[in-house]
Amino acid sequence: MMFFYYGCCSFQPIQGEPDHDAMTKKLATLSVLFLALFFLSLAIGRFTVPVGTVAAILLSRLVSLPHYWSPEAETVLFTLRLPRILAAMLVGSALSVSGAAYQGMFRNPMVSPDLLGVSAGAGFGAALGMLLGFNRVSIQLCAFGCGLAAVGITYAVGVLLARKGEPVLTMILGGIIIGTLFTSFVSIIKFLADPYNTLPAITFWLMGSLASISLPDLSVAAGPILTGTLVLTALRWRLNVMSFGDEEARALGVRTGPLRLAVIVCATLMTATAVSISGIVGLVGLVVPHLARLLVGPNYTHLIPVSLVLGAIFLLAVDDLARVLFTVEIPLGIVTSLIGAPFFLYLLVNTRKGWV
Amino acid sequence: MLEVRNASCGFTGRTILKDISFSIAAGELLCLLGPNGVGKTTLFRTILGSLPLLAGEILLHGENVSGWSRRRFATKVGYVPQAHTPPFPFQVLEVVTMGRTAHLGLFATPSAADSAIALEALDNLGIAHLRDSVYTEISGGERQLVLIARALAQQVEILIMDEPTSNLDFGNQIKLLEHIRKVVDEGRLGVILTTHYPNHALMYASKAVLLGRDQTVSIGLPEEVITEAYLRDAYQVEAQLFGVKNRQGKNFTVCIPTPQG
Repeated sequence: MMFFYYGCCSFQPIQGEPDHDAMTKKLATLSVLFLALFFLSLAIGRFTVPVGTVAAILLSRLVSLPHYWSPEAETVLFTLRLPRILAAMLVGSALSVSGAAYQGMFRNPMVSPDLLGVSAGAGFGAALGMLLGFNRVSIQLCAFGCGLAAVGITYAVGVLLARKGEPVLTMILGGIIIGTLFTSFVSIIKFLADPYNTLPAITFWLMGSLASISLPDLSVAAGPILTGTLVLTALRWRLNVMSFGDEEARALGVRTGPLRLAVIVCATLMTATAVSISGIVGLVGLVVPHLARLLVGPNYTHLIPVSLVLGAIFLLAVDDLARVLFTVEIPLGIVTSLIGAPFFLYLLVNTRKGWV
Repeated sequence: MLEVRNASCGFTGRTILKDISFSIAAGELLCLLGPNGVGKTTLFRTILGSLPLLAGEILLHGENVSGWSRRRFATKVGYVPQAHTPPFPFQVLEVVTMGRTAHLGLFATPSAADSAIALEALDNLGIAHLRDSVYTEISGGERQLVLIARALAQQVEILIMDEPTSNLDFGNQIKLLEHIRKVVDEGRLGVILTTHYPNHALMYASKAVLLGRDQTVSIGLPEEVITEAYLRDAYQVEAQLFGVKNRQGKNFTVCIPTPQG
């Protein structure tokens, strides 16, 4: 974590036009960091594989090489570590990009992707699935469906109440209420659940973990997450305009209603998918966009791609810590909060007003 | 040329302005005057399409705009809100470039040509030196100029400005109005602006639309329609009009509130 911490904070906020060379340099640095972390993550763990061997094993899939490593090393790499690493990257990116989009959309830097109740809904779905004894895939689907349903209800409430005033504000208030409602549904299920089997499973799920990810999980999750990312990336200039408020955005030629719906649909698909495979991983969607803004400024043209890469780096680094720090694995959500919260405070204290 | 014809505005069930008609062409500066709560903002929001038109029509070059897309309308009519602080510290050039949005495709980001147009707009207002400043950190007067530059970059024919002088000091109010007058005099742009100061209309406007209490409307040359009787009825204070000459010998009418007792 420390290299990451120093590496990122030594950048100064940009003064002046985002110089193309400086931007390219930053993106190059991030990409190198990202690749280095990827190989490091494959190497470290209970069963250590030297980085050189990792490279050789990966390369052996493309060209024929003499197998000087044990078959266990290959199994650990491809069936345990690679899915988990890809999942961390996918989930980290999904949460960060949707968080960045929501912060512009709702004109508030304190917003995270579960603003409209998607995490609470997904948590309820997963708990319900476990209570009813569903299998793994069904639990994921149930979490995904309930996450979408929670946001759908919030959106409907927002649209219904929008006639009485500011649509953004009513939607945020709706999100708080629907989120609270679903959280209390989760409590009811916990209350009813078998305290020896189901209750610990629900509690553990709510803390978030990538430990049991498999490649089939990933291939299903990749679809909605990549689609959402693609659309949000394409719409990124309009997110700038939306952060000036509906009335101004309309006067600048933006159809705010359909755009808001598109952003909410994308962010919700991405977050619900991420939560359904990883459980609830807090703070990533709030902290990473701020970090990205610190690096490249608030312009969404750069902010979305940088949030994408930084989100992948952040969650991968945190998941590495979760699995290697102690002999017993720590739930991911706990580590993200433990690291994210002080880090966020540091950002708030050490940056000039407006840059966080 | 924008024409508002027999328009009624307000909210469903509550008409605030009735049967109002006026027009504005490029090269004109129209001042909208009226006491608080008389419906100036409502009229603006109606023209901009944020509120539905209750009756009448709005025409651009004789064509009814009711079926127009947001994007098409935004290439003809721009809006300059009161200076505000957005939640994120954008650079001035980025803010001005946002004026190009209506000219961009849905999935496009601005090109170098768009940045060049934005820079030209900044230059036109004499604030090119602010291009790299942070929008949230410059003064209120500068922010207002930046928002005007954004509307210039939008390359519209009509600009609607909501109290552009409201949060500005004595000097900046006049400087801003001089800037606006200069841009209008270039002849490509018509400006509608609201103000709380009748003197602004008397000194800079080519046309005045006065909204009075009880939904009365008078339209004409500022020095003809702004009378002591109007000021008394609309604002319920006594004020007197005087003729003054500036250093270049040009005649102006100004109004001064006269305390009673």
